[in-house]
Amino acid sequence: MNPAEFEYYRAGSLDEAHRLLKSHPGAKLLAGGHSLLPLMKLRLARPSAVVDIGRIAELKGISFKGDTLRIGALTTHAEIASSGDVALAAPALAEAAAWVGDQAVRNRGTIGGNVSHADPASDLPTVLVAAGASFVVVGPRGERTTEAADFFQGLMQTSLADDEILTAVLVPAVKQDEGAAYVKFSHPASRYAVVGAAAFVTAPGGTCEAARVAVGGLVPRPIRAASVESALAKQKLSPETIEKAAAQVGKDLGDDLLGDIFASAEYRRAVAAVYVKRAIAAAADRIRR
Amino acid sequence: MSTTVTTAAAPRVFGSGIRRREDPRLVTGTARYTDDITLPGMVHAAILRSPHAHARIRKIDTARAKASPGVLAVYTAPDIEGHLKPIPCLWLVPNTDLKIGTYSPLATDTVRYVGDCVAVVVGETSYQAYDALELIDVDYEPLPAIIDPEKAAGPGAPQVHADIANNQAFHWTVAGGDVDAAFKSAEIVVKDRIIQQRLIPTAMETRSAVAQYVPATGELTLWNTTQNPHIVRFACSVVTGIPEDRLRVIAPEVGGGFGSKIAQYPGEFLAVFCSKKLGRPVKWTESRSENYQATTHGRDHIQDVELAATRDGRITGLRCTVWAGMGAYLSTAAPGIPTILHGLMLSGPYQIPAVKEDVYGIYTNATPVEAYRGAGRPEATYMLERLIDRLARELQMDPADVRRKNLIPRFDNGFDVVTGLKYDSGNYEGALSAALDRVKYKELRAEQARLRKEKKYIGIGVTTYVEICGLGPSQVAGAVGFQGGLWESAIVRFHPTGKVNVFIGASPHGQGEETTFAQIVSDELGVSVEDVKVVHGDTDVTPMGWGTYGSRTTAVGGAALAIATRKIKDKAKALTAHLLEAATEDIDYAGGKFFVKGSPDQFKTIQDIALLANIAWNLPQGMEAGLEATTFYDPPNFSYPFGSHVAVVEIDAETGRTTLKRYVAVDDCGPQINPVIVEGQVHGGVVQGIGQALWEECVYDENGQLLTGTLADYAVPRADQLPDIEVLSTVTPSPNHPLGVKGIGEAGTIASTATVYNAVIDALAPFGVKGLRMPLTPERVWRAIQEGQKGA
Repeated sequence: MNPAEFEYYRAGSLDEAHRLLKSHPGAKLLAGGHSLLPLMKLRLARPSAVVDIGRIAELKGISFKGDTLRIGALTTHAEIASSGDVALAAPALAEAAAWVGDQAVRNRGTIGGNVSHADPASDLPTVLVAAGASFVVVGPRGERTTEAADFFQGLMQTSLADDEILTAVLVPAVKQDEGAAYVKFSHPASRYAVVGAAAFVTAPGGTCEAARVAVGGLVPRPIRAASVESALAKQKLSPETIEKAAAQVGKDLGDDLLGDIFASAEYRRAVAAVYVKRAIAAAADRIRR
Repeated sequence: MSTTVTTAAAPRVFGSGIRRREDPRLVTGTARYTDDITLPGMVHAAILRSPHAHARIRKIDTARAKASPGVLAVYTAPDIEGHLKPIPCLWLVPNTDLKIGTYSPLATDTVRYVGDCVAVVVGETSYQAYDALELIDVDYEPLPAIIDPEKAAGPGAPQVHADIANNQAFHWTVAGGDVDAAFKSAEIVVKDRIIQQRLIPTAMETRSAVAQYVPATGELTLWNTTQNPHIVRFACSVVTGIPEDRLRVIAPEVGGGFGSKIAQYPGEFLAVFCSKKLGRPVKWTESRSENYQATTHGRDHIQDVELAATRDGRITGLRCTVWAGMGAYLSTAAPGIPTILHGLMLSGPYQIPAVKEDVYGIYTNATPVEAYRGAGRPEATYMLERLIDRLARELQMDPADVRRKNLIPRFDNGFDVVTGLKYDSGNYEGALSAALDRVKYKELRAEQARLRKEKKYIGIGVTTYVEICGLGPSQVAGAVGFQGGLWESAIVRFHPTGKVNVFIGASPHGQGEETTFAQIVSDELGVSVEDVKVVHGDTDVTPMGWGTYGSRTTAVGGAALAIATRKIKDKAKALTAHLLEAATEDIDYAGGKFFVKGSPDQFKTIQDIALLANIAWNLPQGMEAGLEATTFYDPPNFSYPFGSHVAVVEIDAETGRTTLKRYVAVDDCGPQINPVIVEGQVHGGVVQGIGQALWEECVYDENGQLLTGTLADYAVPRADQLPDIEVLSTVTPSPNHPLGVKGIGEAGTIASTATVYNAVIDALAPFGVKGLRMPLTPERVWRAIQEGQKGA
C-alpha cells in the first residue's frame, strides 16, 4: 500500500527536531513507525511532513535515578522486555512490553511512540498509569513532567502540544512488600488488548495497605479502577477478597465501553472483572517477602 | 504406527524425509515472486475499486486523474470494450439451470460488491498511480445490498444481476436411496442449522501480475501468481484475444494460494490490456486491503441438515438443503465447489443408505467465492461430524462408538457409495483406533469426568473423515461440466552427463514437489536426488497441465512422472540389450544397474545409457536418439484419503476462552514419498481448519461493507495459539495409482474444523450447550455458558 506524498526530515538532535516541527506545521514525529506508518499506508493519516527522531541518541536507553527508572522515549519494546533493570524494578512493564504486537513490532516500536499514539487498547499505557509513572516532555517553553494518568486524555489524545516531544518515561521502582503484574486478553488478530489489567499491590503481612489498579481496552483511555482499589484497602488478601474487590471494576468503567464485532461492550465489562482479579492475584503472589 | 499394508522391497529415497530443496531460497529471502520482477521501461497499474456493495454508476470523470503527474492512462469500461471479454466461469455444472452473471473486468453500469473494479490507472510509478486513483470522480447511485444467501434467494431481495431471477445461479441435487422412507421410519431424527461462515484465504503473497506485450511480434509474456499457469494462458487467450501460441504464462515463486489463485481475475487481464495499449511492460500488485476485498473468499454456506437413525445409533438417512453464497460473480471453479466436491461426499466414511441434498447457488453483493483449502469437503465433513456428535448426545452414546457403528468396513479395491462415487480404498476403523489409542481415549474420558467435578472443563472431539481429491478422470470432469481435462503430464529428460530435468504441467506453490518428484525419479531410475531438477510454472517450457489444487499434483502428476520414468527404463533396457548383445526381455534392472539376467557383473548404469543415447553413435536400428519420455496421465478414479483426528480443549469458564491442549491427526494418504513434507502439509491443513473453528470469519455489515478488511480485524491462526500437532499415519495404498499414493494437501483442513468444534461443544456439555455458531469466539462461548448457568 502506498502512502500519500509527504516530506521526510531526519532530526539529529532534540533541538533540530523542535526546529523542524516549527518550520513544518502539521508534521508528525516518526520513531519506530509502527503506529504512524500503517495509518499512512492506509491513507488514514496524511501528514505533509514526517520528522524522524529515531536516531537521536539522547532519547535512548534505560537508567536509574535513585528509586526511579528512567526509560528514554526511543527505547524499544524488545529492549524493555529483555532489560534486567526493568525486570527487577518494573516487572509489570517488562511483562506488558513482551505482550506488544509480535517480535518484529517489538524490535522497532518504541515506548515513546506507543504512549504518544495513545491507543486505548495498547498495553504500556495501562501499566504506566497503574505504576504511577510520569512522562518528561520538552517543548519550546522548556521541560515539564506530567503524570501518566493526566497525559492520556481520550481516544488517541494526549496532553502533548503539537510542538512538544516526549523524551522519557519515569517509572517508580516497586518497593518492599509491593508486587505488580499485567495480564492481558489479546485480540486474536490485532494483538491489542481486548482487556488489559495492571495491578500494583502493597501488602505487608498479607494485608493490603495500598493498591493501584488500571485497566485498558475498555474505555477511550486507560483508567485507574478506584472502586477496586478502595475495596482492596485494609483487606486480608485471599481469593475471595480479591474477587469481591475486582467485581467493583464495573463502577469505574462508566456506561460508554468500547465494543466491536469480536467482543461487545457487555462482554468486555464482564471479563474486565476476571482480568482485574487475575492481575491482583498475580501481583499479590509476587510480593517479595 | 499401525500399518495396514507394507510394500515389499523397501525403496531407498521414496519414504525418506529428506529436506525440501525449495527451502533455502525461501528462508533466505532470495526466492523471486511476481512482484520482484522488474523489466526495463516497466510502468505500474492500480485499480479503482467500488466502495459500495451495490450501486449504479451514473458518471465517471477521469480528467483530473489523467492530468496527474506521471499518469500515462486511465481506462474505464468503454475503453476495454472489444478488447477484453468478460471473465469466464469454467465449471458449468450440468442439470442445474446455471445462470452466469456477466463478470466484466471493469464495471459497465453497476458495481456489485465492495472491491468491484471500476477503473485502472497506469503511472510511471506505483505511487503516482495510487495518487491518481483519488482523483477519479465517480458518481454512484447506491442501491440496496444483500449479503445473506438465504435471504438473497427470498422474495423482495435486491437483485444482484438484473437478468437473473431470485439471485439463483444454480440449483443442484444429489440423491441416493429412499431418503423419505428413511425419515418416515426413523427412530430418532436430529436437526441442525449450520452456518459455514465465509473465510478469507490470506495467502502470504497477495496477487500480482507483470504483463509484457511486444507489439513487433504480437507476443505476450505474463508473470502471474497462480496455481495453474496453463489455465491462465487459455483464459487469457479467450479474454484478450491473443492467440495461445503467442502467449507465455510464467508462475514464478508463488506465496501460497489455498484455492484463491485458481481463479481468473480482472487484475491480470487489465495489466495485459494496459501493456498492449501502451507498448510497455505493466506491473499490477494488489495491497493486502485489496486482497481481502477482491481476491476470492471461501465457504459461505447456510445448511439445514437432518439425520435419521435407529435408537442403537445406526444412521439411516441424511437430508439437507444448502444455500451457498457465490458472491457477486461466479468465479472460475466456484459452481463445482458446493456441488460436486461437497454433495457427492455427503455420506463420508459411513454406510448411510439414503441421502438427499439440494444446493442453491445464490448471488450476493459480496466478494466471489472460490475453492478454499478443502473446497466443499470441509463443509460436508463438518456437517456430518457435527450431527453425529449431536446424535450421540441425544442417544447418550459415546461419539466414538456411534462412528464405529457406522463406518464402512475395510476395503482395498473399490467401494460403491450412495452418492454414486466409488471410493478407492479405506481402513477407517484402523485410523479411528489409532487416534483413540494415541490419546488413551477411555482414560481421557475418565479424566474429563474428574475435572468437571473441579469445575474444569475439558472437551474431547473425535472425527473420522474421507475426502475426494486427486482430481480426476477427465471423462468425469467432462460429465460434471468442468471446462477442461484433469490429467497431468511429465517429461523426463536425461542430459548426456546423466543429470535429469523433469518438466511438469502442474504448478506447485509450497507443496514441495520439487523434492518429492526428484525422489520418485531417483528411486525409479537409480540417479541421485541431487541430480534431478524439477521445472514447473512456465507454459513455454513445460508440457500442458491443469494445475495444482484439489490435492492432485502428486496423486495425478506424480503418476505421470512414475510412468514416464518407466518408459525411460524400457528404453534403457533396450539399449543395454543392444550393447550387451542380449534380448531386451533378458535385461534386468536393480540398484541403478541394467544387466543381463544372471550376469550382474556386466552392466550399464542409467548414466552410461544417458550418454550413449544422447551421442547416438551406436543405437539399435529404429531407436530414436536421446533419453527422454513424456507421459500424459489421466487417472482412472479420484483418490480418497481418510483419517481420524482427536482434539482436546480446555474452556476458561470465566471468559469463554478456548485453549487447545492436544491435537492428534491420523491421516492415510497411502505410501508417503516424503513423510516430513506430509507432516508439514498436515500441520498447515490442520491449522487452517482450526482457524475456521475458533477465529476466522469474514464479516460484512448489512450494507455489504467488509468489516474484517485487514489483518488487524481478521484473525488467522498463530503459532502461539497452537499445541504441538501429533501427526500419525496409517498406510492404505490407492489401487489406482502406480505408486499407490493419495493426496494430502487438504486432509488436515477437512478434518480439523469439525474436530475442534466437537471438542468445544463437548466441553460445554455440562452447561447444556448443544451447538454454537463458528467461529467459537470467547464471547460466544461465554454467552452460552451464561445461558446454561441461568438454565441450571
